[in-house]
Amino acid sequence: MQQIINFLIRNKHSLLFLLLLFISLVFTIQSHSYHRSKFVSSTNFISGGVYGWQHSISDYFKLKNENTRLLEENERLYNQLSAFGVDSVSKKHIDTLRYTVPYTFTKARVIKNDYSKIDNYILINKGEKDSIKPDMGVITDKGIIGIIENTSKHYSRVISILNSNSRINAGLKKSNQYGSLVWNGEDPNIVQLETIPRQAILKEGDTIITHGRSTIFPRGIGIGTILNYKLNQNKNYYLIDVKLFNDMTNIGFVYTIKNNNAEEIKSLEKSEYE
Amino acid sequence: MNRETALQIGRFMILVLVQVMVLNHINFLGYLNPYIYIIFILLAPININKSLFLVSSFILGLIMDFFGDSGGVHAAACTIIAFFRPVALRSVFGLSYEFQTLKLSNLRFGEKFIYVILMVLTHHIVLFSLEIFNFSHILLIAKKTLFSSLLTIIVTMLVLVLFRRNDS
Repeated sequence: MQQIINFLIRNKHSLLFLLLLFISLVFTIQSHSYHRSKFVSSTNFISGGVYGWQHSISDYFKLKNENTRLLEENERLYNQLSAFGVDSVSKKHIDTLRYTVPYTFTKARVIKNDYSKIDNYILINKGEKDSIKPDMGVITDKGIIGIIENTSKHYSRVISILNSNSRINAGLKKSNQYGSLVWNGEDPNIVQLETIPRQAILKEGDTIITHGRSTIFPRGIGIGTILNYKLNQNKNYYLIDVKLFNDMTNIGFVYTIKNNNAEEIKSLEKSEYE
Repeated sequence: MNRETALQIGRFMILVLVQVMVLNHINFLGYLNPYIYIIFILLAPININKSLFLVSSFILGLIMDFFGDSGGVHAAACTIIAFFRPVALRSVFGLSYEFQTLKLSNLRFGEKFIYVILMVLTHHIVLFSLEIFNFSHILLIAKKTLFSSLLTIIVTMLVLVLFRRNDS
């Protein structure tokens, strides 16, 4: 016993070192696996507060740019409305509770955006208080950004499409073939679309959209255009480089998407497996 | 609390703030950021309590992880260089470290440079290996380590030279 205690005292620095290293490695491995409850996250009060404060300063310098983007988006939406023959006043529903829309959009601001690492995360300034929950989709006016992964009271963390853990269903606009969207860690404005079957007819410049095959994104949200494509080694699938519509290095405001039918769909899927 | 402790705590906080609010957003050439917060570990007093030093380095790294959403990679890298700092010191400074006559504030440029290179390289190799965590990306790890180390070493040496304390 005495010897054990002596050993512990003699090597206390090495043991402390090993303990700390072990803790940090556990955090590291946790961060590399998708959907674990994550302790190390910038959604906490202090880092969220610091980023929010920093953002409130830098916000001013982007106002002009963001105003232009909002106007462009409004213009596009008005044009769509008029194409459907709807004027902007006639369809106002006062009783919003009874009116069942499939998706609810909530605006949020990006207060921290990474794009230079392999696993990038985005921090937005809406959290549980604004009924943001994990597994909601995040988009901008141009296209998709990522999926909410972790929420706190006032902030949520978005797993960006520029993250090696992110896999999002996406496909071609002109046909129904779909694959999964991943990122190889190189260019922040180019992502890869995998497992599009060989039978698909592709052309450079074709549009890639979400296909609504999960409860996260509705169908038809833009992602990007085909930059180039090639068949994989055993010539079954295409590997496609997709140039994103969004400039991932410059994101100001985003919308989160809540699928109001998600629970119904999930319970149906669950009952199928049982 | 004496002056030395206050200095260390102040340095810790300033380095964290500068790193988080300015240097993490530089993205030079798209992906390069200098990680100069390790100056705290480089310049910690030689005779500091070892356990305290390990724990404070770990916490420094963990704060970086909290801000950067990077799991535990900074914490691991910081703990490792804090633990191996005596080895680096001994190999670079030799006798003057053994006899505890070494003062980190007034070193010759060459020795300081080698010391910084050793520590920064170790830190960055651990950091990027854990951050990427995939041996099929070993070229990417090497590339990021090399260029980031260069940038960090340059910025660190600039900071060390510009903010040198004049010991009276």
